[in-house]
Amino acid sequence: MRKDALSRLDSRTLVLIALRLAPLMLFAILCVAFGLLSDRFISLANFRNILTQSTHVAVMAIGMTFVLLVRGVDLSIGSAMYLVAVTLGLYLPDLPLLVSIPAIILIGVIFGAVNASFITGLRIASFIVTLATLFIGRGFALYLSETRMVFQSDTVQTLGRSSFVGLPWAIWIAASVAAVAWVTLTQTPFGRQIYAVGADPDAAAKAGIRVQAIVFSVFCICGACAAVGALISVSQVGGASATFGYQEEFPVIAAAVLGGTSLFGGRGGVIGSIFGAVLVQTTSNGLVMLNANPYLYPLVNSLIIFVAAWVDGRRRIMTERLEQRKIRVEA
Amino acid sequence: MSDLLLKVSGLNKSFFGVPVLRDVGLELHRGAVLGLVGENGSGKSTTMNILGGVLAKDSGRVELDGEEVAPTNSRDALALGIAFIHQELSLFPNLSVEENIFLDHFPRKFARLPFVDRRTLRDRAQKAIELVDLRVSPVTPVMRLPQGERQLVEIAKALSRQARLIIFDEPTTSLTARETERLFTIIGRLRAQGISIIYISHILGDVLRLCDEIAVLRDGQVVGAGPRDDFTIERLVTLMVGRTIDRLFPERNPVSGPQRTALSVRGVSQPGIVKDISFDLSLGEVLGVSGLMGSGRSELARILFGLDPYSEGEIRVQDAKLPPLAPRAAMDRGMAFLTEDRRGEGLMMEASISDNIVLPSLVEQSSGFLRWLNPSELTKAARDVAERIRVNAKAVDRTAVRTLSGGNQQKVVIAKWLLRAPSIFILDEPTRGIDVGAKYEVYKIINEMVGAGAAVLFISSEIEELIGMADRIMVMGRGEVRGFFSRGSFDRETLMGAALWE
Repeated sequence: MRKDALSRLDSRTLVLIALRLAPLMLFAILCVAFGLLSDRFISLANFRNILTQSTHVAVMAIGMTFVLLVRGVDLSIGSAMYLVAVTLGLYLPDLPLLVSIPAIILIGVIFGAVNASFITGLRIASFIVTLATLFIGRGFALYLSETRMVFQSDTVQTLGRSSFVGLPWAIWIAASVAAVAWVTLTQTPFGRQIYAVGADPDAAAKAGIRVQAIVFSVFCICGACAAVGALISVSQVGGASATFGYQEEFPVIAAAVLGGTSLFGGRGGVIGSIFGAVLVQTTSNGLVMLNANPYLYPLVNSLIIFVAAWVDGRRRIMTERLEQRKIRVEA
Repeated sequence: MSDLLLKVSGLNKSFFGVPVLRDVGLELHRGAVLGLVGENGSGKSTTMNILGGVLAKDSGRVELDGEEVAPTNSRDALALGIAFIHQELSLFPNLSVEENIFLDHFPRKFARLPFVDRRTLRDRAQKAIELVDLRVSPVTPVMRLPQGERQLVEIAKALSRQARLIIFDEPTTSLTARETERLFTIIGRLRAQGISIIYISHILGDVLRLCDEIAVLRDGQVVGAGPRDDFTIERLVTLMVGRTIDRLFPERNPVSGPQRTALSVRGVSQPGIVKDISFDLSLGEVLGVSGLMGSGRSELARILFGLDPYSEGEIRVQDAKLPPLAPRAAMDRGMAFLTEDRRGEGLMMEASISDNIVLPSLVEQSSGFLRWLNPSELTKAARDVAERIRVNAKAVDRTAVRTLSGGNQQKVVIAKWLLRAPSIFILDEPTRGIDVGAKYEVYKIINEMVGAGAAVLFISSEIEELIGMADRIMVMGRGEVRGFFSRGSFDRETLMGAALWE
């Protein structure tokens, strides 16, 4: 009977492992499919291209990971991106990057802090608050830009074009954000407390954790990441049109969730989110390579989000069952 | 320095103008265990929440070591050396043992920088869990630990904060007998180290065994306090309910003569869960199911009701085979299932009493081709059944279940099934976490149902209540049936022996 129990648990563990590897398998399948359909897809240059293009999604997905870990969601990052790009182009064009970068990060943090004050102060669900700031942020930025294209200074555009030790600056920036985020989540008390808050906010409060302070800071972090994402993206494109960052929250959330961060909080991490971003970008890149109808892109993207959410849901159910239905033998 | 650690005097607290604590006073010496007993709603939790910094007091004085303290959150309380171990543990299954213990005071690598010093963390966690005899690696995720070991982690956490006073709120409700023994040993050791304990429990036998002093609360007042030797179970019960309960179990006239078989189970097995379970349950009979936690009792109940699968065997309800994994079919044949997890599975906590009661009967209560629901009729049906079993609430359609006491919540769960007039009622721990008075009421309801000809499968961890209530008792262990005992041959030792027998 014991043996049966073991094999039963094992089969469940196997399913869990399969679910964990599902995004990886999806990645492999996509690569093979695109590789077969387009001879340009599998090449070092194209992979480097994918990597560079996925950096801004990766950075924002890292910020989103913090928010998702505490069971929140930030829908306003696309608008934050646009607001940051507009401010950078209109008001800070001639400043050296060492000044303008901290400045825009501050704007991102303020944007996040506005979200956070409504969420923690008035206890409104983050979904609703950030849905509102999504419109407010873009509306305000459109007012500033008068809906015109906002071109960036040469300094910013140079950043998007140049490399350092053979790799584009975008990758270096994303890598440093990732490193800081990884250390924060795994090596600091703050990071571990984020996981605790996500697992059970009530218990976290009882355990003496300042839950509201932590929720506040993760939204600020998410805003900061949106600002860095905006910098990377706008430096690559050269300017911000009125649709800059529009609906950017979808690939970002998809990237985080595909990377194993749970929508139910408490589980996930930086490395997965980066992988998720690369996976999302691979899809878009592959579709371009295939000259697919652009109207198909949202369909494919939503399909990926669906898969990600489905895998997340299944995994949650499986973990709960593993927890719950274990016969405890008194020894 | 006197050896009086905690002195509470004149404590008052009201919620929305309703006084819940009136002039509560308690004293606790260093290295002593104070048992706190009282019915649900008597003010035990409120008092402890004030000590633990969860609630603020209206007036009164709390002195710790002679100094007045007033913690405003659990962080403050911990800093003062007061650790509160809640009934629902404050652990995070997604974090490791060491992270759980040091979550709010991680050792840091560089004095001022926020980096966790993993090595120191591991060493200190190792020491902390050794103090409570927990033999697992500090990096094990708490998710992998059984309930009893999680409790030990919680105690280790309190010790790592140099707690002087540890409050246990119903610590044994989800522990196995062995885990409870281990907890008591550790409490004894803590006491020897000079740590004071407040122990809250409904299990009066444990309180009498474990505590040096006992205080009894009723309606927000201390109605009795003194050394353990002043009390007996009967006296505690009398003080708690404020009247003499001469019987713990209501009388029932056994249904005479042979009865029709309501539920017939033959060779039901599911690998790793239950093995070769066979029994018959007659109409008008209470079949008790006893066994330790993890013996497969609750798992069997879930299988019978079609919530979990089984690989072999047959379940028949009044001579018709019950399809597997179909709770709806089970309900249509007159089965009802009261879950052991009242809050998680039995109730919608935010919804009203009547919404909860009518939930399983919505189809039956609807009418016409479009299956319309008539809200006022639904409320009336809910009110009728709630009144029948004396759910204590004014407006069933406006009172959220969350605001009720544990005993009343349990009655709501029972009411929602009674509305369907079940002929086979599976009760999984129907009296868990409810007070003596409410238990008596639940027993009465059970007797009324059985008297009306229903069959009851009564699963319980409390052997006394099975002895008091059941016609027969089936003892389970390791997923198997260990034996049947009929009313004449009930005996605590024999039943325990059967459950523990290897």
